[in-house]
Amino acid sequence: MSEKENNSGYLDMDLLRFTTAGSVDDGKSTLIGRLLYDSKAIFEDQLEAVEKSSKSRGDENVNLALLTDGLRSEREQGITIDVAYRYFATPKRKFIIADTPGHIQYTRNMVTGASTANLAIILVDARKGVIEQTCRHAFIANLLRIQNVVVCVNKMDLVDWDQAVFDKIVSEFKSFASRLDNLINITFIPASALLGDNIVDKSENMGWYNGPTLLYHLETVYNGSDFNHIDARFPIQWVVRPHSDKYHDFRGFAGRIAGGVFKPGDAVKVLPSGFESKIKSIHLMDEELKEAYSPMSVVMTLEDEIDISRGNMLVKANNPPKMLQDIEAMVCWFSSTKSLSGRGKFIVRHTTNDVQAIVSEVKYKVNINTLHKIEDDLELKLNDIGRISIRTSAPLFVDSYSKNRITGSIILIDPLTNETVAAGMII
Amino acid sequence: MDYRITHLKQLESEAIFVLRETAAQFEKPVLLFSGGKDSIVMAYLAKKAFWPAKLPFPLMHVDTGHNFPETMEYRDRFVKDLGAELIVASVQEAIDQGKVVEETGVNASRNSLQTVALLEGLENGQFDAALGGGRRDEEKARAKERFFSHRDAFGQWDPKNQRPELWNVFNGKKHHGEHFRVFPLSNWTEMDIWQYIKLENIALPELYFSHERECFVRNGVIMAVTEFTQPQPEETVEKMQVRFRTIGDTTCTGANVSSASDLDAIIDEVAAARNTERGTRADDKRSESAMEDRKKQGYF
Repeated sequence: MSEKENNSGYLDMDLLRFTTAGSVDDGKSTLIGRLLYDSKAIFEDQLEAVEKSSKSRGDENVNLALLTDGLRSEREQGITIDVAYRYFATPKRKFIIADTPGHIQYTRNMVTGASTANLAIILVDARKGVIEQTCRHAFIANLLRIQNVVVCVNKMDLVDWDQAVFDKIVSEFKSFASRLDNLINITFIPASALLGDNIVDKSENMGWYNGPTLLYHLETVYNGSDFNHIDARFPIQWVVRPHSDKYHDFRGFAGRIAGGVFKPGDAVKVLPSGFESKIKSIHLMDEELKEAYSPMSVVMTLEDEIDISRGNMLVKANNPPKMLQDIEAMVCWFSSTKSLSGRGKFIVRHTTNDVQAIVSEVKYKVNINTLHKIEDDLELKLNDIGRISIRTSAPLFVDSYSKNRITGSIILIDPLTNETVAAGMII
Repeated sequence: MDYRITHLKQLESEAIFVLRETAAQFEKPVLLFSGGKDSIVMAYLAKKAFWPAKLPFPLMHVDTGHNFPETMEYRDRFVKDLGAELIVASVQEAIDQGKVVEETGVNASRNSLQTVALLEGLENGQFDAALGGGRRDEEKARAKERFFSHRDAFGQWDPKNQRPELWNVFNGKKHHGEHFRVFPLSNWTEMDIWQYIKLENIALPELYFSHERECFVRNGVIMAVTEFTQPQPEETVEKMQVRFRTIGDTTCTGANVSSASDLDAIIDEVAAARNTERGTRADDKRSESAMEDRKKQGYF
């Protein structure tokens, strides 16, 4: 390959967002450190800084966790508090890692990291097998509809590279995951992040394993199913009115396509007004597009002059979303200062819409370690997950979260503090 | 039919979405423009987001007074082409008015004084959201920054009390007097920026490309000889073939020896680089949490 060709390879690269969850000692930092280091995403000055601080902390080895623990209080306490975003790329793909702590008290961070992920890596310590934490991570991946899951059975070096250990973990995990219906593609990889086996290079210690290495899997896994290309949804963010001589009559509707495919000439319907028109043109600056689909940001113009503003949605008349004021959702509670029992007033934000809302009922909570329903304690507190009923002051144009992650998600805002207190997936 | 878009188009689409949310959710946003490549890309994306209308917010340059002349020429030309309004928040004025005291000594930098000029510029303009070109890959304290980053009435960042941010649902609600910093390029890396500049053929200040200039070495950093950065008697000046990976205040921006004179060569160089771009920034070298401390005080 010539220099020039090599240089234009990025024009074909796609993007994979994945999340990792794990606790202090399951080797998550080592795993991420290795992926970053082996793909040259860690620079020498960063490594030097980490070596320096490891030494001054009295750590025996270079502590790769210091690369990801960015906040002073995290370094002081030796724990990861918040979601950290990390980046690396291979010639095939760019990767965004949402690195989240795995302890139960950080459920909200795992949910946050999972909300934008196409894939989840669940780390299992080969010596410990499938434990409560594994189930919790799998449950969250399922709840946030991450279809691709990699179960990385780490520390295989500490169980003598034994296939029987690996097989037992595979069958235990499968038996648990059979109750989780969104996990469509589960891949099991035996590995040692510390020694590098099956992370980037194939292990020489586990001849019995014929599957991919972790990096090869991340580079090649099918990554097209997370955007909905069937149900046309275009939430309006902003109305573009140039008021210039050249574009005197231009009225464009700006937004990011949340689902489906739009083409000039397509008949569209405006929600909530119900007016119908045809798409005249689709723009991305001076480019005129023949079609546009999720997740593209574009400006559309219509054949007819219709009153449309932020919060409205363009859809296809034969396939509209539901217009609802009564919404059922699974929520994860985020606030440490405000809990919810029974009823409560909130602002619901959904796509580009804000509405007043009342939570009318907490139906049940879920024990995320066992998947059991809890019906005798209905107070939603920090890190709790439960099902609620919401009544909104105006209709929202929604799909179920399992059909569309964008039109199926909401956040709840406390009107007094303006804090985001919960995130919800519409049922 | 394969409805996929490349990583650059995904990042572009995400940034445009964030820029439009900022315009829609706040009363008076402003875009911070330094003349560096990240803010150039951000302003270019803002043009894309609202085309064919003009930007619905002005640009603000926090001017330390220690600029490379090339940056200023570029800034004025760029703003004129964009048809945008430019506000200059001057550190020199803050010094003249006695609001801040300048550092003295050989390594004196006005970098930390930027915060004062910035906060004052925001207050004078009554801006409630400031768009910045910060990227999470730049520095580890930035890796935990949100797209919509809440600041209290003193402009301070509280890293332990950040709002959770899920999907692309952004909560810009705030009380009177509070404001937000918004980072549309959060998910971009240095490489993404360069590839996008090439893809979209965006013009840059000449400082980014290899050129010959008089330099000297201080604390391992190559400094350009400018009005504001003069060598000490024991430091020798020599002509070097250099370019800048980041462009900031002259007093804290180091150069790299490089022969990369076009975008292809720069992309190759970035791909092979073994040091971060901020490795030449004297302001980050002050301590392990230098960036976190400056951010808490209201720095970008």
